[in-house]
Amino acid sequence: METHSKKMAEVKLFRTWSSRFALRIVWALKLKDVQYDTIFEDLSNKSPLLLQYNPVHKKVPVLVHNGKSVAESLVILEYIEETWKQNPLLSEDPHERAAARFWAKFGDEKVLPSIWEAFNSEGKEQEEGIVKAKENLKYLEEELKGKKFFGGEHIGFADIALGWLAELENVFEEVASMKVIAEDEFPLLSEWKRTFADAPIIKENWPPRDKLVTKYQAFREANLLNKAPK
Amino acid sequence: MMHCFDMLYSPTLLETQYQSNELQRETQRDAYEFRKLGEVKVLGASLSIFCCRIEWALKHKGITYEYIEEDLRNKSTLLLKSNPVHKKIPVLLHGDKPVAESLIILEYIDETWRENPLMPDDPSEKAMVRFWAKYVDEKCVISAWTASRTKGHEQEKAIESTQESLKLLNKLIEGKTFFGGETMGFLDLVVGSLPNWIKFIEEFVGIKLFDTKELSFLHEWAQRFTEIPIIKESIPMKEDLLNYFRAQQNAK
Repeated sequence: METHSKKMAEVKLFRTWSSRFALRIVWALKLKDVQYDTIFEDLSNKSPLLLQYNPVHKKVPVLVHNGKSVAESLVILEYIEETWKQNPLLSEDPHERAAARFWAKFGDEKVLPSIWEAFNSEGKEQEEGIVKAKENLKYLEEELKGKKFFGGEHIGFADIALGWLAELENVFEEVASMKVIAEDEFPLLSEWKRTFADAPIIKENWPPRDKLVTKYQAFREANLLNKAPK
Repeated sequence: MMHCFDMLYSPTLLETQYQSNELQRETQRDAYEFRKLGEVKVLGASLSIFCCRIEWALKHKGITYEYIEEDLRNKSTLLLKSNPVHKKIPVLLHGDKPVAESLIILEYIDETWRENPLMPDDPSEKAMVRFWAKYVDEKCVISAWTASRTKGHEQEKAIESTQESLKLLNKLIEGKTFFGGETMGFLDLVVGSLPNWIKFIEEFVGIKLFDTKELSFLHEWAQRFTEIPIIKESIPMKEDLLNYFRAQQNAK
């Protein structure tokens, strides 16, 4: 009993209830059936522990394992993959691993910012933003050809990294009254969104949708107000 | 993959699943052995601070490759086909399969050719290397690049950000011969081209980014690193960068 509870305290995840980056870690740990403790952070009042474990960025998520901290969600995913080998998220094939990492990076560096840009705009600016976002999404659509998930038959690294598209993106579309991933333009991506969102583990861990809508409504209002008047 | 071998001795359904997974993984591993015999090409640009990382890694592991210099104002069909998403260099071609994004290419090289490893074995040390590699590209490089292209308040912020990030790197290398320890590793290759490039920006734009006294550990490391023969062969030197970009300026 003592050993079991000691093992439980070995892994800690610092997160917020809504962070899409922390959600990746929740999914990865649960998919590998790793026991862990959660510490919810209030980012307006960061805990001394968080600042100690991630002094460089002072952000969530942070994973602490046996006293050692790992920050940056994609770096944490790789750490999890290497430490707990059951239910692998990455192929053994170096080329497939490179592809998974590529799409994860593409999601963070291009897809997310372009959708966020469209989200924080209105009118013509939003239309232009949507066009840009769709150009990025076309590559993801192409990548899904002949595949159930980006990882193939099973959820993989890239699926987890892009997972926010399966739910949070819907929230963005609703709050900003825009349609970005339309069924007719992105049939494969639309199907992937449904399959991923409804997959075991994934579906049990989405943050409450109504809370997300409220949060992002507030964000959008503030961002639109901050934009310089034309 | 010791955990898989352990499983082979207990007759359960789980074991069967692990066996078939292990067989699959063995087949994949054999495929790499075969693909290791494929031709290696690097699409690059000699003054790119990212391309040299790839050449260094390949040379460090003794891999023969063909280097193809790209004219970035007139990108080749091969480049556009190999990296349709970003259309950027470097791209590694192994056989007919492309890999893009320099940090991803470095991991690919390290995983495909296991001799002279660039990454440490320990997962938490590896995580540190990945963390700092990301930091270099997302903070140091972007800040320095922004500082070179902006003016006024935006430039001041970028200069400050570059200086702060270099200070962290300086702290990281303190007391070490290389970022990789006694011998150079992944992070050395990632940081390697930065000092020369940053000093080029300083001179070209007329700003102060790299204080040699304040960054004494980083400065000493840079001198050590650049002396290594395979590094010296491919590093974009400050003078070459200055000559190229000044010529560009005069041509306008």
